[in-house]
Amino acid sequence: MKCQYIEFTGISDAKAEKSKINAGEESRVLYECLTCYACQEYCQFGNNPFYLLIELQEKKGVLTAPKPIVEEQLRMMSPKGRITRQKVRSPVVNMCAFPMLTGCVRGKLFEGASVLSGNDIFCNIMWLHFAKNSVIRDRVPKTIDNIMSFYLKDSKIDEMVCFHDECYGTYTSVAEAFGISVPFKPVHLFDYINRRLDEIPDLIKPINEKIAYQRPCSNRLSPETDKILDEIFIKIGAQRVPRKHDRENALCCGGVPRALQRDELADELVEKNISDMLSTGAKYCVFNCPFCMATLGQEVAEHGLMPILVSDLVLIALGE
Amino acid sequence: MNDFIRQLADITGPGFVSSEPEERYLYSMDQGTMSPAEPDAVVMPGSTEEVRKIMLLANKYKVPVVPMGGGLVLSGLTRALHGGIILDMKRMNRILQINPKSRYAVVEGGASEGMLQAYLKKHHPELKHSMPDAPPIATLAGNICIHGSGHLSVLGGFHSDMLTGMEIVLPTGDIMRTGSCSVSPEWFARAPLPDLSGLFIGWSGTTGVVTKLGIRLFPSYSHNDMLIFVCEDADLMPDVISRLTGTQVAEDMTPWMTPKPEWARGFLHINISYGAHSKKELTFKRNLLQASVKKYSDQKIAGFLPLPPTEKSRFLKIPSPDLVKFADIRKGGGFEYVGAIMAIEHFAEAYRAGLQIARMYNVSYSMGARIIGAGHAMIFFYAYAFNRADPEDIKRAQHALEATNTAALEIGGIPWKSELPAQKQIINKMDQNTFNLMNQIRSVLDPNHIMNPGNWEK
Amino acid sequence: MLHEEILHRCFRCGYCKMPSNYIDLNCPSYLAFRFETYSPGGRMWLLRAWLDGKITLSKRFSEIMFSCTACGNCTEHCPFPNFKDLLLEAFTAARGAFLDEGRVPAGVRDYLTRMQLHGNPYGLPAKKRADWAGGTEIAPFTDQEYLFFAGDEGSYDTRGQEIARSVAKLLAKAGISFGILTMGENSDGNDVRASGETALFEELAKNNTDLFNEKNVKKIITLSPHSFNSFKKEYPKLGGNYQVFHYTQVLAFIIGKLKFRENQDPVLATYHDPCYLGRHNMDYYSPRMILSAVPGLKMAEMDRNKQNALCCGGGGGNLFTDVLSSCNESPARLRVREAKNTGATIMAVSCPLCAIMLEDAVKAEGLAGDLRVMELSEIVNDRIM
Repeated sequence: MKCQYIEFTGISDAKAEKSKINAGEESRVLYECLTCYACQEYCQFGNNPFYLLIELQEKKGVLTAPKPIVEEQLRMMSPKGRITRQKVRSPVVNMCAFPMLTGCVRGKLFEGASVLSGNDIFCNIMWLHFAKNSVIRDRVPKTIDNIMSFYLKDSKIDEMVCFHDECYGTYTSVAEAFGISVPFKPVHLFDYINRRLDEIPDLIKPINEKIAYQRPCSNRLSPETDKILDEIFIKIGAQRVPRKHDRENALCCGGVPRALQRDELADELVEKNISDMLSTGAKYCVFNCPFCMATLGQEVAEHGLMPILVSDLVLIALGE
Repeated sequence: MNDFIRQLADITGPGFVSSEPEERYLYSMDQGTMSPAEPDAVVMPGSTEEVRKIMLLANKYKVPVVPMGGGLVLSGLTRALHGGIILDMKRMNRILQINPKSRYAVVEGGASEGMLQAYLKKHHPELKHSMPDAPPIATLAGNICIHGSGHLSVLGGFHSDMLTGMEIVLPTGDIMRTGSCSVSPEWFARAPLPDLSGLFIGWSGTTGVVTKLGIRLFPSYSHNDMLIFVCEDADLMPDVISRLTGTQVAEDMTPWMTPKPEWARGFLHINISYGAHSKKELTFKRNLLQASVKKYSDQKIAGFLPLPPTEKSRFLKIPSPDLVKFADIRKGGGFEYVGAIMAIEHFAEAYRAGLQIARMYNVSYSMGARIIGAGHAMIFFYAYAFNRADPEDIKRAQHALEATNTAALEIGGIPWKSELPAQKQIINKMDQNTFNLMNQIRSVLDPNHIMNPGNWEK
Repeated sequence: MLHEEILHRCFRCGYCKMPSNYIDLNCPSYLAFRFETYSPGGRMWLLRAWLDGKITLSKRFSEIMFSCTACGNCTEHCPFPNFKDLLLEAFTAARGAFLDEGRVPAGVRDYLTRMQLHGNPYGLPAKKRADWAGGTEIAPFTDQEYLFFAGDEGSYDTRGQEIARSVAKLLAKAGISFGILTMGENSDGNDVRASGETALFEELAKNNTDLFNEKNVKKIITLSPHSFNSFKKEYPKLGGNYQVFHYTQVLAFIIGKLKFRENQDPVLATYHDPCYLGRHNMDYYSPRMILSAVPGLKMAEMDRNKQNALCCGGGGGNLFTDVLSSCNESPARLRVREAKNTGATIMAVSCPLCAIMLEDAVKAEGLAGDLRVMELSEIVNDRIM
């Protein structure tokens, strides 16, 4: 069995716990799960094991993080009603709850882009970490409605680039599993970047550097995009050095474990992850997820790796 | 009075005395709710000798003298209640000596917190002092004399506990010293002598003028971090505070409870600051703090916020400029607070009293506390913002402050740097022999009753 | 009064008196006078009191208002984001109100009178404005890339004229195409505006913009950061749209083209950031780029540098009105002491007002043998081939 964070004595032990969950019974997994999303990727049958687990957690009143922390986050990330109609044009890039990163949408890579951000279009996927599927069911349809009513409908645009693949996960994997209708086409950032690079190949100056990639939990909801990232790296001359904790074996950045009051585990994960990165001789630590970057960025920089988002690395290769 | 003012100008130079309406207006009040009381003049001495001469002159003419540091006390203690002169000490702002081996600093009476911090960062980065969360122009002497506290108060107690000695100009013009500096050339401690420093701390400037003081310094850490603990139940707070302070690794602990931002309403937070000489030590201290309250995090009823490193820098800035911003939440440039020093076990009671008062008077509020020592006491803050341009708003804040002082005293706390009405409430509750002794001491030190009169009187 | 709605919002926290590193005080008028009334917070409260009828306009109040050099330290360090950017505008509006009441210090009155009558603060004939270029090869502006604007000090003050010639010489050596106007130009009006005399400023600006537009000026290099600020920020509102540069901004990018003599004597220099290039326009680096290119020159920063620089005390018209006076604690004297404490023997400046103020201060402090105030172009000219 592949779970990186729960100890099982063997496959039968794991099967026994899974059976309990399937039957809606108490299982230690409900309390020990780190919420890394990996089992969603591992399951070859599309049975949404992670979403089911959270459903049971919520039903049984199991809290992953302390109640006040979850309550504050629920309030902090609630829609604020501070959204105004805006004409947008393609490509529409959704920064979700990271308005501080709108400066990343620049240059030839994002030429002509309109940028959306704010609590009123927050994707709400983070509640998967806090056993709150009900909040996802409640808030995501309103988010989708806001995106359509305030931005896409009037501008007659039917697709939207998700800067962060958590958003992409919401509008694809989560929406499908939860039966939420999505009237626009979500475009993964990697997909957008890959196609754009094909439009401006003459501008690319390969960087010819080794990179270590921090694959975030959210990418496990769209594992097919990892291959697209490989194509991007090849085009820009970034060598994604094979390392132990990449791809299916990626490690959690440690951000959520700290919310779950498991700081010592988070420290261990960070140490393992960074040692692994350093063993590659990489110059950059490339992030897909802004939250991973906020959590790990300072640490990787102290170890001599330059923290950088995927899109910013591509911009370097475009000379911007 | 004109003759007196002319002689003041002979002492300090004419550029440092003013009886002009502008100075008399501005120095008649501070940023709080107490009504103005105009001085006859403002004078700015540049040396102990000038202070001495001013005191002799003031005694001769029986003119009241009100010493003033940064003027940020907010409770009106630097108003000239009976006229006279405001003694603005801020020209005397030199850092006189740093002793790195015995870790103390000697500064002049008008030296500012900010300048000492900057001086140490530049010349002695291995040392720091405990700074209050006041603007950096606040004076060290002023803060110590009101029993202030700051970001090393869990480590070192009240700032008055960190005092090692003083040079004072008495109301009669005599210059004296307290602490080791009265016997030795060094300013290392108040022990083992009779502690005369106590005659000048907490007296609201009614017993003398501080012209020099020695304060303890502490080692700086190369690694600094902070945690924010959050819970919903005020009744848990005394035990939480006791457990956290029981680890004896924190330098500062400040609970805060505020209705804005909206996500924070109803929750009780504790900011815990700590430092270490290495990352390993820092992690060790963090683990100690977290383990001390594991009982609560295991029950999921409380825990530590997951702050990414990028979010911590504003909490680690000393002093925090965020605090003064409270003054503008009603777009009115005013706030005043009651800081009630009390025993830790009254936390929930103090908190609920604050909520009730805020509701009753419909005021914008913020509550917080600072833990003193290893959980030996706390200063519980009730801050009320008001719009200076709206007399009704000021009145509401004033009523809320009065009610808070009453509530604090009922709980068993004592308002800190108390404004005039609160002083009278304290006197009414005070042991009468204690108050009689205060009066006796003042009549010995200040026979002509010129030092900040109007304060600490029945 | 414009912006009177922010006056009562000041908490008088005092952050406006200090730099961000708290190393010392940093408001020039507060440093000079030390009364709370002479600090930005003091002014806010006094203005509110005046508008509420609690105090009246007086000589003292007028001195308090006109002692502000508009250095921008308060705007830079005020912790209240909702109104900090309006502080100086409020003070300017107040000074305008005082002018309307006829209540201004004599120095200010005379300064503005000279500006009005002669288009410059020296009271010298307008036709002598270009005399500083006499004996040089500087050509009249026709169709060169840049108009070089020497400003009031560069045109009329002896020291200022030296600096103007030095900068012009350097620009020419660097191959910059520029010319000067020989007739019709007047003061940029920056400090007139800061003094609150808006109508006179607009008159001065209109005269300049009419002339510049007539001559088809597109790009301007200024000698003084004061002119730079005025042309860049205020003239566009009055029909004067040009690409404006302080000369250091042009020079910084081509300094590499200049050939320096070899075997230069090593020298330690410190750089004084002028308020109108630094805080007001956030360029702390163009002058430093130039200095870092000078062989043999090592830099020592003062404790109050970049956005924390202590104003020389010459702004807001104080160079001419002298409201700040030359007492022991004048900002200029404190500043040269600070420069001396770095161990530097050269105090580099890039503003003619700073040069004048700080050179006088060096003399007053008895530092003439130890510290030399040099304008940036003079340092470079001294060392290039």
